Amino acid sequence: MTNIPKDLLYTKEHEWIRVEGDVGVVGITDYAQHALTDIVFVELPAQGKKIDQSKGLTVVESVKSVSDVYAPVAGEVVEANSSLKANPELVNHDPYGKGWIAKLKISSKDQLKTLMGPEQYEKYLQEQKH
Amino acid sequence: MKTIFENGGEGRAAVQFSDDQYPTEAPKIEDRFRRKNLKIPEVSEIEVVRHYTTLSKRNYGVDLGFYPLGSCTMKYNPKVNEDMAKLEGFTNIHPMQPEELSQGALQMLFELQEMMKEITGFDAFSLQPAAGAHGELVGVMMIKAYFQKHDKKRKKILIPDSAHGTNPASVTLCGLETQEVKSDGNGNVDLNDLRQKMNDETAGLMLTNPNTLGLFDQNIIEICKIVHEKGGLVYCDGANLNAMVGVTKPRDAGFDIMHVNFHKTFSTPHGCGGPGAGGVGVVGKLASFLPKPMVNQTNGMYHLDYNIPDSIGKVKSYYGNFGVLVKAYTYIRALGPDGLKRVGQNAVLNANYMRVKLMKHFDLPYKRICQHEFVISDRNMPNGVTTMDLAKRLLDYGYHSPTIYFPLIVHGAIMIEPTETETRETMDSFIETMLKILQEAQTTPELVKGAPHTLPVKRLDGVKAAREPVLTAR
Amino acid sequence: MDFVPHTRKDIEGMLKEVGVNSLDDLFRDIPDNIKIKGGLKIPASLDEKSVSDLVGGLSKKNVNSKQYVSFLGGGCYNHFIPSAVAHLVYRSEFYTAYTPYQPEMSQGILQAIFEFQTYMARLTGMDLANASMYCGASALAEAMMMAKNHTNRKKIVISKAVNPEYRQVVQTYATANELEVVEIKVGNDLATDFSEAVDDKTACVIVQYPNFFGTIEDLEKISALAHSKGAVAIASVQEMYSLGMLRPPGELGMDIAACEAQSFGNPISFGGPHLGVIACKTDLMRRIPGRLVGKTTDSEGKEGYILTLQAREQHIRREKASSNICSNEALCALAATIHLSMLGKSGLQKASEICAKNATYAKKRFEGLKLHLLNQNIYNEFCVEIPNADKVFEKLVEKKFIPGIKLWKYYPEMKNGLLISFTEMNTKKEMDEFFSALEGSL
Repeated sequence: MTNIPKDLLYTKEHEWIRVEGDVGVVGITDYAQHALTDIVFVELPAQGKKIDQSKGLTVVESVKSVSDVYAPVAGEVVEANSSLKANPELVNHDPYGKGWIAKLKISSKDQLKTLMGPEQYEKYLQEQKH
Repeated sequence: MKTIFENGGEGRAAVQFSDDQYPTEAPKIEDRFRRKNLKIPEVSEIEVVRHYTTLSKRNYGVDLGFYPLGSCTMKYNPKVNEDMAKLEGFTNIHPMQPEELSQGALQMLFELQEMMKEITGFDAFSLQPAAGAHGELVGVMMIKAYFQKHDKKRKKILIPDSAHGTNPASVTLCGLETQEVKSDGNGNVDLNDLRQKMNDETAGLMLTNPNTLGLFDQNIIEICKIVHEKGGLVYCDGANLNAMVGVTKPRDAGFDIMHVNFHKTFSTPHGCGGPGAGGVGVVGKLASFLPKPMVNQTNGMYHLDYNIPDSIGKVKSYYGNFGVLVKAYTYIRALGPDGLKRVGQNAVLNANYMRVKLMKHFDLPYKRICQHEFVISDRNMPNGVTTMDLAKRLLDYGYHSPTIYFPLIVHGAIMIEPTETETRETMDSFIETMLKILQEAQTTPELVKGAPHTLPVKRLDGVKAAREPVLTAR
Repeated sequence: MDFVPHTRKDIEGMLKEVGVNSLDDLFRDIPDNIKIKGGLKIPASLDEKSVSDLVGGLSKKNVNSKQYVSFLGGGCYNHFIPSAVAHLVYRSEFYTAYTPYQPEMSQGILQAIFEFQTYMARLTGMDLANASMYCGASALAEAMMMAKNHTNRKKIVISKAVNPEYRQVVQTYATANELEVVEIKVGNDLATDFSEAVDDKTACVIVQYPNFFGTIEDLEKISALAHSKGAVAIASVQEMYSLGMLRPPGELGMDIAACEAQSFGNPISFGGPHLGVIACKTDLMRRIPGRLVGKTTDSEGKEGYILTLQAREQHIRREKASSNICSNEALCALAATIHLSMLGKSGLQKASEICAKNATYAKKRFEGLKLHLLNQNIYNEFCVEIPNADKVFEKLVEKKFIPGIKLWKYYPEMKNGLLISFTEMNTKKEMDEFFSALEGSL
């Protein structure tokens, strides 16, 4: 069963964001890591990179594919998870914890309203299956 | 097995040069430009010969057995082609030597251009690209250049969902955008989807025909018409030309540009993945965009022609993969019109023979007469045995596996292309083996899942290779 | 002649299995009006003897380097190839195989390519190298694309002393990608002076090493300049024998070496197939186009080789791929690997030195004839001015010498300039013959 924590917001592209004050921690969902299979590389976004909502934040690479990770909301990268450099498999093992990808300083909190809550995301996943 | 870098010993050498033939004065190269260390092995000739002979025995080619790798056209490579390409008058000629001293080479290239025009039906044909994907890149560059001149807003290229990965990659490399077109239930391009997506911002459609399902698009003339009516160009990925050679000319279906893989249809070997040679044929209105140079003839003298007004430029140093083109030329001259027709006909016969026999036991998603290849799915395989398992088990039985997991629109795709050069007996044995593996999947699935068992290595860890890349010997 | 094994009976039997009446029935999806009627209009088929005679005849209409004494180089070099190279490369387990997509069955070529990557990385002083590219020119163009993607910049600064053939290919790729190419003139000793040319919009600086004219460029200075503006420093190496003697680009701060490795084990072959290769530093690893072989282990822990980092490639990344390359020049890479193993350390050093010695000797002889040399700090080729060069050239060709490349064809300002190149295939005796012929032709 796909793990969908209750305290996060989700995108249709299967990213999650955890809001901590002005900063949003971003990663890919359990569903996404499972679909990608073994992740072998995560490109770390540069600190200070400014990015618009739904634009390519970075890419994750599995043996089978390379996928874009989109910014759930607009913001500026304040930190990237440097431990993924040596251990990209953290995204597989702990997608919502040690496998976080970047922290964004959120430009406009209004954009958070455009994201899905956990129930909505779960429903969305159900729909995707059909 | 040890690498060459772990062989040999200090002071050993396979090649010597005797000093007495050369001048003695040392070159005056400043010390700061001079190399301080060179980590190259020191091995004797016998060590080199044994090392690479041993490596060759850990490899598998068409000369050893059946190689039904779909979309790759692994046909027999006639030995005479190799001998021709090895002739000193071809290998030892410099691309910059005066044209008067290279008339044989230029004549060969000119005649090959002419023969390819006839075989494909196009008005002009370039031999510049080094491989199929390179030909594609050239083709898309030409489409872009053409619309830069005539209609700048056209920046989108339509590509069916069954296409080779090189197609979208070529488009992006030229700064154009791709848009996917659906296939219909019969494996043809979905005409409605095409009509809807084709507009005045579309530069054209890239289509593999026969497509990667091995099917000749039944609406090909209509497809070209739809694209042309909206002002677009139709590009033919000629990877599968083997099915139609001598039977139909792609130009006649309405295509405007096409690339050809000489190493497939015209049997210059694949050499573990190259060198190949690509060619590009175009209709008259695109001829002025071809890459430089072309080979022309004036008063019985052959020459390189750089006067191509709208040319996209040069795409490779010198004049294409000449040595490979010698083989293709030899092949075409040996076969002639009748031989080439037999290629197309029998490639299709062999594929259909195998299709009919295998579809009794495996799931065949598109139940039509196929061209040079066909695709089965993993749907009928029991006990969680996958396409990958089947492929690996085939290796144990001494076959190369078919192409797997492509095209993406068929689940667990297994794409089989026997080519025209295989005997019925070879195909029968392969079919028997496929059935045997299917039975093993029933009775001893672990045996199949653990394959291969008989090769120098077992299944290799691709995840590890990608996570911790080791790309050179330490 | 054709290579279809079927008899008429075989065909009839198989048609019956398929359930159709004739071969034509197999093509029912093709509209009748586009089927070929009356056969292709190409020459009739030939048997093996006749086709050998025909193609052999064409080969004899060319003048090969054993019939003339040639000093042609300029990106394509005639070197001695030991017999073992062809014997091994032409083992049909190699040349009739496809790309090693089934690694367990292709350990032979995979290991050989791994060795090739190692050779290339070591020779260029880089961290890694790919499994090959079409040719040195397309390798250079793709290196430029790496730099563009890496820096997100669109200005390409390239020396005019890069092989004109290569500059044209770079321009073609740049045009397709809407990049701006700025060509930098040569200065003193035909070396490139990049100062002023590089700015913070520059994606890469491209220089040839040694350059097209033969001059050994100061890569240390050039790479420092590129890096000071955040640009990628790219060296195009076209005579790989030079690296037997010269400091490798990787050691001199360059980020990418885009090479033409034809010199190793591959004949000049009228310009192709040759052997492109890209070597680079680790931070560019995921931007490198083409195939890469990596070492890994099998399910029992045994070492083996496999194509790796394939997610960069077209068959997976499709429209997001770093390049569209699929087929490469694997067999040429195998030839280079075997050739280098045959040469070994001492052989490469020795051959490399002979090339330079020959050039040193030739420089002296030209000076002895009071001819003006255009550059001095060279490896195995250089430029010389010969009054009425075009006429002298014709006279020499009549005497069966091909004296070099006519520079004015590419650089109109270099009227009377010839680029003359030397390898270990040129002996002192033939050079002496050449110089007496030249003296008589001036």
